[in-house]
Amino acid sequence: MFWEVTIDLLRGFGTTVEIFALTLLGALPLGLIVCFGSMSKFAPLKWLIKTFVWVIRGTPLMLQLIVVFYGPGLVAAWAEDIANPNFIISWLASWSVMDRFTAVIIAFVINYACYFSEIYRGGIESIPQGQYEACQVLGMSKSQTFFKVILMQVVKRVIPPMGNEIITLVKDTSLARTIAVYEIIWSAQSFAKSDGLMWPMFYTAAFYLIFNGLLTVLFGKIEKKLNYYHN
Amino acid sequence: MAILEVRNLHKSFGSNHVLKGIDFDLEEGKVLSVIGSSGSGKTTLLRCITSLEKADSGKITVNGNYVFDSENEHKLTKEEIRKNRLAVGLVFQSFNLFPQYTVLKNVTLACELQAKKRDEWRKNKKQILEEINSNAKDILAKVGLSEKLDSYPCQLSGGQQQRVSIARALAMNPDILFFDEPTSALDPELTGEILKVIKSLAAEKMTMVIVTHEMAFARDVSDHIIFMDGGVIVEQGDPEQVINNPQNERTKHFLNRFKENS
Repeated sequence: MFWEVTIDLLRGFGTTVEIFALTLLGALPLGLIVCFGSMSKFAPLKWLIKTFVWVIRGTPLMLQLIVVFYGPGLVAAWAEDIANPNFIISWLASWSVMDRFTAVIIAFVINYACYFSEIYRGGIESIPQGQYEACQVLGMSKSQTFFKVILMQVVKRVIPPMGNEIITLVKDTSLARTIAVYEIIWSAQSFAKSDGLMWPMFYTAAFYLIFNGLLTVLFGKIEKKLNYYHN
Repeated sequence: MAILEVRNLHKSFGSNHVLKGIDFDLEEGKVLSVIGSSGSGKTTLLRCITSLEKADSGKITVNGNYVFDSENEHKLTKEEIRKNRLAVGLVFQSFNLFPQYTVLKNVTLACELQAKKRDEWRKNKKQILEEINSNAKDILAKVGLSEKLDSYPCQLSGGQQQRVSIARALAMNPDILFFDEPTSALDPELTGEILKVIKSLAAEKMTMVIVTHEMAFARDVSDHIIFMDGGVIVEQGDPEQVINNPQNERTKHFLNRFKENS
């Protein structure tokens, strides 16, 4: 029985890791774009992005999952009721058949991009003005300044809060079961439902702990590597 | 012809009128010291000349090129602005070294980025980089840091860091080198090494403008001294005369306070 449960949980954990990896892959770069948007000198863009970040950070990820998964279908149903749906409504309606896994990735990427953007922003804004001024008097362009001087220092500063956020992401993947995506908690729950077994649920903790343990070690290594200088 | 000309320069921050019409010339190879109490506008003057701040009105020319001219409608292109920046070097009070790079890389980085724009960069990349490196090493030797090429700024004392920042500015081969209170962030026992470096540069006829609170040093190293107060030049002239025998009441008052403190 133990092995049977282990194999099944491992299968569920595979999905967990997939959600985790794909979310990082999408949210790390998207977060930087959102960050630049929220620091834009063009006020309408800045406030649009800031409002968006407020909405995403201000509502539960579970709710966002539900909106991404069921929202387009509701739009489709409504579109059928009105005589002339415009192309935006038709486009949204066409999403109504989106599969559950895609919905999870979309919701997670958007959610985490917003959190990451704020971490990036904090990192960028913590770099002293003097660094920019030194670059300026040395005749560096804005992009040279950012990529050659600022970025490295930002990376060093955001690694600790990033580590925190990324560990939270590992655990947040369990929310995917809200829309019936078969990740590790779901698979443990199915043992409770069908066989009346509770211990597989407790057993899932081991998977999370080992994975987060590895991440903690990895982040420790990166931090140590960047410790060759301090400001 | 003067290498630096400043004419009727004005600058305000909001309602705070910091520079109220500054005029002076500086000849090539000369050293000018600017003294005055905090808030007198010395640092703002330096920041306007080095284009870190934009003046409100007046005229600044370096080597005959306009850095700023409120009368002239001609708008400087980005390239012209960058060229103007390279004509002047600035040593900051707080060093502003790049913490993630070694001493040597701090000095060579901007030179390398400049060199990439040269036509022969593609062909002679290796040779150009070697030239930049050996030039940087020469300059670092001059400021007494040959032993520290591979150190990081955080491993150095304040005085050593400031010498790296002087070397970094020198490596760009500026026409004029500006110092913004280069010893103010240092422990008193470390100021000597910086002053020594500046003196050796003066002996090589480097054109320099130094904002400083080191009165004795200003007197010894400068060819000319400007005393600023409340955004105007109150008194200027020969160092001996300004420091030892000031004519203006405000200058006397300022220098007396300094004597009391030291």
